Amino acid sequence: MNSSRNICVDGNEAVARVAYALSEVIALYPITPSSPMGEHADDWAAANRPNLWGGVPDIIEMQSEAGAAGALHGALQKGALATTFTASQGLLLMVPNMFKIAGELLPAVIHVAARSVATHALSIFGDHSDVMAVRSTGWAMLCSSSVQEAQDLALVAHAATLTSRVPFLHFFDGFRTSHEVSTVTPLDDDVIASMVDDEALIDFRSRSMSPDHPDVRGTAQNPDVFFQGREAANSYHLAVPGIVAEAMSAFERRTGRHYGVVEYVGAPDAERVVVLMGSGCGPVEEVVESLTAAGERVGLLKVRLFRPFPASQLVEALPPSVRAVAVLDRTKEPGSVGEPLYIDVRTAIDEAMDADELPFVTAPRVIGGRYGLSSKEFTPAMAKAVFDELAKQRPKNHFTIGINDDVTHTSLDWDKSFRLARPEGEFQAVFFGLGADGTVGANKNSVKIISDTTGAHAQGYFVYDSKKSGSITISHLRFGRRPVRSTYLVTEADFVACHQFGLLERVKVLDLAKPHATFLLNSPYPLEETWQRLPAGAREQIIAKQIDFFVVDAHKIASNADLGTRINTVMQVCFFALTGVMPTEQAISEIKSAVEHTYGRRGRTVVERNFAAIDAALEGLVRVEPLEFSPVPEAVGADGAGALTISQRVAGASDFVRNVTAVLMADEGDSLPVSALPVDGRFPSGTTRYEKRAIATEIPVWDPSICTDCGKCAMVCPHTAIRMKVFSPDALEGAPEGFLSKAFRSKDLSGHLLTIQVAPDDCTGCGLCVEVCPAKSKTEVKHKSINMEPVLEHRAQERERFGFFSNIAELDRELLPHDSVKGAAVLEPLFEYSGACAGCGETPYVRLLSQLFGDRLLVANATGCSSIYGGNLPTTPWGYNAEGRGPAWANSLFEDNAEFGLGIRLGLEAQKRAATSLLRSLSAEVGPALVSSVLDATQEDEAAISAQRGRVADLKKQLSRLVANQGGSGGNGTGDIARMAAHLLVLADYLVDKSVWIVGGDGWAYDIGFGGLDHVLASGRNVNILVLDTEVYSNTGGQASKATPRAAVARFAASGKGTPKKDLGMIAQSYGNVYVAQVAIGANDIQTVKALLEANAHPGPSLVIAYSTCIAHGIDMSQSMNHQKDAVRSGYWPLYRFRPTEAEQGQPFTLDSREPSMPVGEFIGSEVRFAALARAHPDHAKELADLLQKDVDERWHYYQQLAGVQRTVVHEGPPGGGEAGTNGKGSDGEVPSEKES
Amino acid sequence: MSSASVDLRTTYLGLALHSPIVASASPLTGNVATARRLSDAGVGAIVLPSLFEEEIVAEELRISTALDAGAFQQPEASSYFPAMPVVPTVAEHYVQNLARVKAAVDVPVIASLNATSPGSWSRYAALLAAAGADALELNIYRVVTDPALDAAAVELAELELVRDVCRRARLPVAVKLSPYYSALANFAGSIVGAGAAGMVLFNRFYQPDLDLEELEVVPRLELSSQFELRLPLRWLAILRPQLPSSVSLAASSGVHGAEDVAKALAVGADVVMTTSELLHSGPEEVRSLEEDLRRWLYEHEYTSVSELRGSVSRVAAEDGEAFERANYMQTLRSWAVTG
Repeated sequence: MNSSRNICVDGNEAVARVAYALSEVIALYPITPSSPMGEHADDWAAANRPNLWGGVPDIIEMQSEAGAAGALHGALQKGALATTFTASQGLLLMVPNMFKIAGELLPAVIHVAARSVATHALSIFGDHSDVMAVRSTGWAMLCSSSVQEAQDLALVAHAATLTSRVPFLHFFDGFRTSHEVSTVTPLDDDVIASMVDDEALIDFRSRSMSPDHPDVRGTAQNPDVFFQGREAANSYHLAVPGIVAEAMSAFERRTGRHYGVVEYVGAPDAERVVVLMGSGCGPVEEVVESLTAAGERVGLLKVRLFRPFPASQLVEALPPSVRAVAVLDRTKEPGSVGEPLYIDVRTAIDEAMDADELPFVTAPRVIGGRYGLSSKEFTPAMAKAVFDELAKQRPKNHFTIGINDDVTHTSLDWDKSFRLARPEGEFQAVFFGLGADGTVGANKNSVKIISDTTGAHAQGYFVYDSKKSGSITISHLRFGRRPVRSTYLVTEADFVACHQFGLLERVKVLDLAKPHATFLLNSPYPLEETWQRLPAGAREQIIAKQIDFFVVDAHKIASNADLGTRINTVMQVCFFALTGVMPTEQAISEIKSAVEHTYGRRGRTVVERNFAAIDAALEGLVRVEPLEFSPVPEAVGADGAGALTISQRVAGASDFVRNVTAVLMADEGDSLPVSALPVDGRFPSGTTRYEKRAIATEIPVWDPSICTDCGKCAMVCPHTAIRMKVFSPDALEGAPEGFLSKAFRSKDLSGHLLTIQVAPDDCTGCGLCVEVCPAKSKTEVKHKSINMEPVLEHRAQERERFGFFSNIAELDRELLPHDSVKGAAVLEPLFEYSGACAGCGETPYVRLLSQLFGDRLLVANATGCSSIYGGNLPTTPWGYNAEGRGPAWANSLFEDNAEFGLGIRLGLEAQKRAATSLLRSLSAEVGPALVSSVLDATQEDEAAISAQRGRVADLKKQLSRLVANQGGSGGNGTGDIARMAAHLLVLADYLVDKSVWIVGGDGWAYDIGFGGLDHVLASGRNVNILVLDTEVYSNTGGQASKATPRAAVARFAASGKGTPKKDLGMIAQSYGNVYVAQVAIGANDIQTVKALLEANAHPGPSLVIAYSTCIAHGIDMSQSMNHQKDAVRSGYWPLYRFRPTEAEQGQPFTLDSREPSMPVGEFIGSEVRFAALARAHPDHAKELADLLQKDVDERWHYYQQLAGVQRTVVHEGPPGGGEAGTNGKGSDGEVPSEKES
Repeated sequence: MSSASVDLRTTYLGLALHSPIVASASPLTGNVATARRLSDAGVGAIVLPSLFEEEIVAEELRISTALDAGAFQQPEASSYFPAMPVVPTVAEHYVQNLARVKAAVDVPVIASLNATSPGSWSRYAALLAAAGADALELNIYRVVTDPALDAAAVELAELELVRDVCRRARLPVAVKLSPYYSALANFAGSIVGAGAAGMVLFNRFYQPDLDLEELEVVPRLELSSQFELRLPLRWLAILRPQLPSSVSLAASSGVHGAEDVAKALAVGADVVMTTSELLHSGPEEVRSLEEDLRRWLYEHEYTSVSELRGSVSRVAAEDGEAFERANYMQTLRSWAVTG
């Protein structure tokens, strides 16, 4: 084929192009890693791109994948060509409809970027556990192993489903294929059109539901016919392999690209064959080529059609000479005799042998193994190990490859030094950058330039860490003359670039450089100083590997061009200049046209600034001659204080942290053996404190002389890096020189001191604390009580101060008023240093929750941003206090969080009931007075809780004594007492009240989890729900939810959401007995504090909807609290509390914000989510903005009326006797002032 | 003979206007419907709201930064916004709006640029000409805070800017000046030398206020008051005889009634610009302003605007020095009388 017309796309885009062309209805729900397919479709529909028949597909985002499958089913029954895209749990939610669709022989395709199903942990990465979980639904299953295949087989799937009537699940490996950018020969529309079976399409349409020729579908059947009916479609399924084979032949005739339902490559007389499907075929094929070239008799059988399983084709495709077959599955099925592909292959071979067809010279030995779960690397070395195993007399069955299983010893060893010779002329490069510096975007662009301009085959794959702020990105690029099949990371790079000097201390970037490689470093230092500041390891590798070393001060060049920290184009120019992949002038012109393409639509300024940076890039590029600077002096680090080493960071931590967490933090988790991991997915709390990522360039520094003790800085800090402690002066003994403190202004705590301290290595430098600080210097207004200062000048000092500060004991919780900002801010936070975005609007609420109730808190957390920054390894921000108490946190799924949290509540109550019953039974032994004091305790505030903890501690002492004294004596009831005491011992703590919070984002609460949330609200049970409302699906990249406001642009609302935001609070209030509050911490922090306290105290269900600023709003995140203020001032986000009361004439609804004092237009004009629409479609934007203003006016008017409405709760109390919550001092019910001082 | 026969025609920047009352930049002139009402009410010309260089740059950067925020930073989101369609920039919107206003009115439309220094943005001057602007008003608005920058350098840069715009625009250009020059008479002459066809006296500096409670600077826009006409009156009178008669002069700031218009014309303005009064009373106020002006002229036995124009400027005035000394003594005396 003519490679000059090749395109460079990732797997998702390649598939989406085909699916879009062949669909009329696309029902969607975002889920990683499949979301981009739907987003592409949405973008194209927004641009009115037609499908093959000239219409624009109807793209609809649903409330869940279950909803998407339902809509798909309906569209199919109506005779529309329909598709959807999904992965993992999303696919599982489609299962019921998948059974229906297949049972009804409705032709459809679901494209799946295959991803791990959450088990002991969630994973967004790729394996086949999702698709394998639906293999019984009756859908045909077609697997692609590369980006090119994903495009081509997408078409085969769409063609074959129409002909066969059997629906198709087309899958490819999540991330490895879905997100790999690759050179692909695209499909012309006429090729796509020619693959569509017109007769079949007409038949499909004529079968559709119609009142003009009515019939009935979805009947209920009885034992008499169901079974026969189930067998009635057999012939359709049996025909599928033939139809797919025919479609593949037709495809080959049109494109020249050959595919088979199974496909064998390798020695015709192979004795050892590996069977697998998906992207793992790449390295196996490379090894087969290499080994056969060396005369070894090996081969690879790629399986493309997995359902209906093409048994006879598979047996026929195997060479008759085969003696040993290893079947590799990218999934795990605990308890089965083997993984699915293994069982099927083995059965197919056995059945062929049974049929006396004697296809093989000798009966081959068949073994099965697992590889690549959750995108675990699968390399040629591992493939080689499998072939080696097959050569053994007694190869291991049910093996694993790619890990070290030192527990059940399933794993094969592999030679980690094994490397294949790289194809002639291939070039490999790796780039280390930060998420915010644009490295990945630039590299995607470079791949495209190289592919489009030079005709080379290119590949780009991008690896991220799990943080949303200060995240490290590693880009792996290959290009050469042949299609790149290497579906694994680059390990021997010809070119290594490090885009941030500081990364050298965090990552061993030169480990990936091959000898004589070129190394490009962005360095802010002069040449000699650069050399001195390199970590010693890097200097040694440069010398040992004779690396050609270049530096450029890209920050200076970008900054001179007014581009801030966006160094991507500068580094890109240097890359092209150093590698010579094309003439530099040509590369520069290509980069400029890419800049024009990307930024041109945003105006000339950005384009011109990038052009200036591009033109200046090479001026600063210099070769470093390392030997000039020998002998190597002691490295001085990237800054005076240097980053802490991992061993420094985890010194004194638990064994687990030192042996496991530290390894994960060092990005060496692949080396951990099975025995190192928990068997049930439980991990220790409070581990972010060991991260010390030191990512801020500026940190806040406190000036106590003008501090007013208000606590606002600590209250808004998204990363809990601003800490407040109140202590008596004697705590200052041994304080480092210059440790800052001031007299704490308090009637009750006179003589106490206050210190506000930054955690310098944990701060992200977002600046929110400074923005909210109300204390301005009398003599210089811009100097506040807290000010951002360069980290290099302050880190060492602040580190020392923070070290001392950390060891100051926390103040007794009982001494602080919890219903004030100042008091709450001093409470010990048990949520700290999360990986959330700098300036995150969600985390202040979460942290506040941990301060108010952390020592008795149970959290059910919906999947989303909060579960990622809350629980993505290597560390968790959820901590514990000096007594070892802290929030117990769990994530179940996205869709079920309310129910999950309710279950936790039910479990808690069951345990309390059991404890109460046991306590009563042991009354004589532990003393009736203690029993009644424990059972009658009110626990209405901190003091009472503390007292109850004391009583329970006494009780536990007695119980321990009972167990010790009477345990094992048996008989006469004493054994029973000991047993009861032992049981009560583990339950006694539940006699102290706990606080159950169900936390999640708006995607969960408004959409996918709404049914469950509604049910939990209706249950009357004592649970608290915190909705972190960013008004968009934040974690998956800004898709619209039903919380998205009218007039905002979001994914799936590219032309502005036309419908108003759902009023979740009013829905909840309709029950009458649900506590509801709408809060915005940046607008009114005291109202937020009171709402959380009241919600907790309310004995029934409570719902707190918290306005959470997000980067998806398109705002300067350092100003996010001002945006919250404006949201409230404009009436866009009214603050209120609905407090169900049993008083007869109660007026439960209180408006806590003032009448709107600015037009909504003024608020929305400052956020790009709205402003972007005003630029693209000014008239439409104006229309929507006017409607939004009307929404706001109407809602304010409605709320104002509600504020006078009397309503009395008739409900007797929650079923199940739920305990009342505890609220500290509670609330006096007054409307908190918006300007607490 | 009646006031209706009084001839209000004037010439400004080479454009023949049927009235000396020009609607200066305001929301009224930027909106097609209100611009048409101004035109229907008889306004002489319309000056569109300014295209702000800073506004263009700031908005482009803000949107671009926001769209890039979070892009390719974590595996689950490639970015946080849908693909942006190719959208018109602020300048393109301005040009489109200019074309719409131009089509809706039958009086000359003057585009307005607000800028501080020569730069690539000056391409907009050419764009505006292409879009049908009849003339261009260049608003030089700058608060020089750099202590290293001396007055001469600032003036040189501004002259360079004027020259650049005049060359590119190929339209008559009026420069809207601030009154705060050390040697305004000299600078005005240089501006003409740089190619300007006229001058607007003066622009009003945006002067933010201070919120004493919050100790924050707050934006506060006050409409002009009648008092503010005094400064332009004085300088019109001074500059009119110094500049060639081909150089157009416009009075701006503090024009609230027909007598204000008459005063400005009397000291040498070719046109009189008003905003506050129109914002306050609506576009139709132009009609009554003109009627009042006609009446005043008729009552004072003027048959045309051209007759009145410049009659009280320095040369024509009985006491030429009076304006130059700002009639300090008289001012004090009037205080004594009214106070």
